Amino acid sequence: MADIHDDRDEAVAPSTEVATVDDHSAAAPATAVVRADRIPNPGFPPHRPRVTDLDPKKEKQAERTISALFLLSIVGSVLAVVAYFAFPIDQANPGSVRLNNLFLGLGITLALLGVGIGAVHWSKALMHSHEEVEMRHPTRGSDESRTKAVEIFSQANKESGFTRRSLVRNTLIGAVAVTPIPAVVMFRDLAGDDDPVALLKQTMWDEGVRLCRDPSGTPIRAADVTIGSAFHVIPEGLAELEYHRIEEKAKAAVLLMRLPVDELNEDPAKADWSYDGIVAYSKICTHVGCPVALYEQQTHHLLCPCHQSQFDVANHCEVIFGPAARPLPQLPITVDDEGFLVARSDFRDPVGPTFWEINR
Amino acid sequence: MSTTTTAPSAGTATQAAPSTGMRFTGWAANYIDERTSASTAVKTLGRKIFPDHWSFMLGEVALYSFIVILISGTFLTFFFDPSMTEVEYSGSYVPLQGIPMSVAYHTALDISFEIRGGLLMRQVHHWAALLFVASVALHMLRVFFTGAFRKPRELNWVIGFLLFVMAMALGFTGYSLPDDMLSGNGLRIIDGMIKGIPVVGAWISYLFFGDEFPGTQIIQRLYILHIMLLPAITIALIGVHMLLLIVNKHTQFAAPGRTNDNVVGAPVMPTFAAKAGGFFFIVFGFIVLIASLFTINPIWNYGPYDPSPVSAGTQPDWYIGWADGALRLMPPNLDWVIFGYTLPMGVLIPTVVMLVFLALIAVYPFLEAWVTGDKREHHIAERPRNAPVRTGIGAAAVVFYCGLWAAASSDLIATHFRVTLEGVIHTLQFITVVGPFIAYWITKRVCLALQRKDREMALHGFETGRIVRLPGGEYIEVHEQLDDYERWKLVAHDEYQPLMIRPDDNGRITVRQRVRAGLSRWFFEDRVAPVTQREIEAQKH
Repeated sequence: MADIHDDRDEAVAPSTEVATVDDHSAAAPATAVVRADRIPNPGFPPHRPRVTDLDPKKEKQAERTISALFLLSIVGSVLAVVAYFAFPIDQANPGSVRLNNLFLGLGITLALLGVGIGAVHWSKALMHSHEEVEMRHPTRGSDESRTKAVEIFSQANKESGFTRRSLVRNTLIGAVAVTPIPAVVMFRDLAGDDDPVALLKQTMWDEGVRLCRDPSGTPIRAADVTIGSAFHVIPEGLAELEYHRIEEKAKAAVLLMRLPVDELNEDPAKADWSYDGIVAYSKICTHVGCPVALYEQQTHHLLCPCHQSQFDVANHCEVIFGPAARPLPQLPITVDDEGFLVARSDFRDPVGPTFWEINR
Repeated sequence: MSTTTTAPSAGTATQAAPSTGMRFTGWAANYIDERTSASTAVKTLGRKIFPDHWSFMLGEVALYSFIVILISGTFLTFFFDPSMTEVEYSGSYVPLQGIPMSVAYHTALDISFEIRGGLLMRQVHHWAALLFVASVALHMLRVFFTGAFRKPRELNWVIGFLLFVMAMALGFTGYSLPDDMLSGNGLRIIDGMIKGIPVVGAWISYLFFGDEFPGTQIIQRLYILHIMLLPAITIALIGVHMLLLIVNKHTQFAAPGRTNDNVVGAPVMPTFAAKAGGFFFIVFGFIVLIASLFTINPIWNYGPYDPSPVSAGTQPDWYIGWADGALRLMPPNLDWVIFGYTLPMGVLIPTVVMLVFLALIAVYPFLEAWVTGDKREHHIAERPRNAPVRTGIGAAAVVFYCGLWAAASSDLIATHFRVTLEGVIHTLQFITVVGPFIAYWITKRVCLALQRKDREMALHGFETGRIVRLPGGEYIEVHEQLDDYERWKLVAHDEYQPLMIRPDDNGRITVRQRVRAGLSRWFFEDRVAPVTQREIEAQKH
């Protein structure tokens, strides 16, 4: 491997005196201290032969072990194919998937590890064990090739007039810089024509829309909501939506809870948003949008399982812990003539994560 | 390229009757070489030397697990359909029968339950992905702590850094594809973070998802990124990474006979090739073994994505944990409203902090090179103790990362150890903010102490455990000197001293120089000088 020797280096065979560190570094050591009385590199230690180098019996044994490992690998491949057919997936028996996975996997494992361990053992026990030395050379090209490279560039420059014809060059750079712009514009149709900001500020809820159970879609009577209970709620009609059902649900999901009226601390301006201690809040976390699904009825706290934001239902769902910044929006509700809970309007505040235009 | 090879087949043919196999090999080699000049490549690379150390294996694990990912992933693409069209489940997994779900989730279930070996390949793919990111990260730590990013390898460090980012991106896009409840909530979080971007957040989210969240496009879009664009970039980066490895040659640890000007180890053909090739099979076999024994990502337990339910104790794959944890550690109520526009700082601060952290990782080699002003090439991997400040910085970064990472399990830590959730969060906030400084200080002290111990050992030898009573009644423990080979590892490192502030040509001291001198003092003020020959000589008398 000494074909591209630079004349400053001399080939170093093991156990000769070796060159010191700052030998070929013409570059400045800067803050490194170069001491004159550094301890010299002692050179290569004497080679220690392996047991397989000394004892022909051990060598033979290693050879047998390696072949045995390769043979084992073949057995593994065969076993994998056998397992593929011997452990079919039986539709009626889910446990068959596990067996198929296990035995097919173990067969393949054996096939792979046999080859791998065998090859590594071969290299370690039998292949030539003397370390070899290759000289390094400065990474920079030789002065000759650097000069040549500069020549080529200047020749190319002269032949093309790249620097001389600056108008041509500058207009070219300008033109190339502008070409990607159509590509950027073309991404506009990744989505439709609506204004996402407007979409984010409205949900399916509207005056008179009944509160229904998720996922069955059956309406909820106020009388069914006992103190301490919580309902996962979707708007009436959502379950039947043909189009945009999941998108609507991602905004309209609501949690319905009933608290003892005296424990519910209500904003006087929103006093008519609840009904007899029954309150409805958006289930979509105002942090980054996970469903705030855990309700602790003793403390009236809601907990978002994704990032542990906690909201106090008794106090307008204000944030009491965790990274959320806005209270969960409240859905104003009342009861219709048949005793079912209905919305009085859409949410008055946008649901879900905060965005730039949320307060505009 | 005009490579003149000496009249090839003629020479071999006249030598003592080779076997049919040999004749065929010779003919084939000649055939290929006359069309590709492959012999030049063999001549250049065939006996290239690779030094040996267990830690050099980490990068190999990364490369091999990536190949396993390509192989298993290709199998999965034959059966997976990334469509979000809604269908009713009709497969053999009873608990989900009749439930509406996307085609993507359906086919992911079919791979698990209807196709023999499908579950195995899914699990191989997922386990290999976890191992890939882990080995990339460990490989980076090895390179960092041994200073193997120094000249001439700074650019390869940046490429490796990009590969780390690619690994996380590939992991996240892949993890989202089955469209199950867990990964859907992961996407929901991404959506929330995108919406928080100032000015354009709502629009980027709308365009990315092709509609309001979740839309019907996102899985297909992520699929294209996951199986085409990101792998293509990753493969290209790996190619350049390997090419630069060959150009720069591998670093080696200090050992007798090894210098900055040579590389000592095993040649590619045959020893290194056998070892590395065998190791690929071992890594592959190990991944398949795990995949056949341990379940990973049981999507059938989670159900299809639905924006309303969520399970408690959810966690992302490990490499996304630090991002999730960063979100969890923010204190409440940080929406800033400026001129009516809203900045959700609770989301923006962690995002910016993570981006700055990644940027610092990417540019670290250039910062250190500027501070030390060292323009020499470095091919000897440093022992971490011999660069105490760098090692301290690394330890600080690790503690910071791990604090964020642990925060992604804050709820599980709380329930598992029966402590309050608030307590866990506050503790981890402390660990991520103050912990790095403590870790830096302790690590630096430990490094210096280890250097002193090395010095002591180089000068006075090691304790033999043999206690001798002197004629005067004094007891001493006999120390035995190291031989020159053993000592070399302890004394081979360079010593650095802080930069002196000197006026420039105009007699001025620039701010830039002051900053550099300050940083240089920080790096090298506390140091232990390596043992010199004179000290050794003095010791002998």
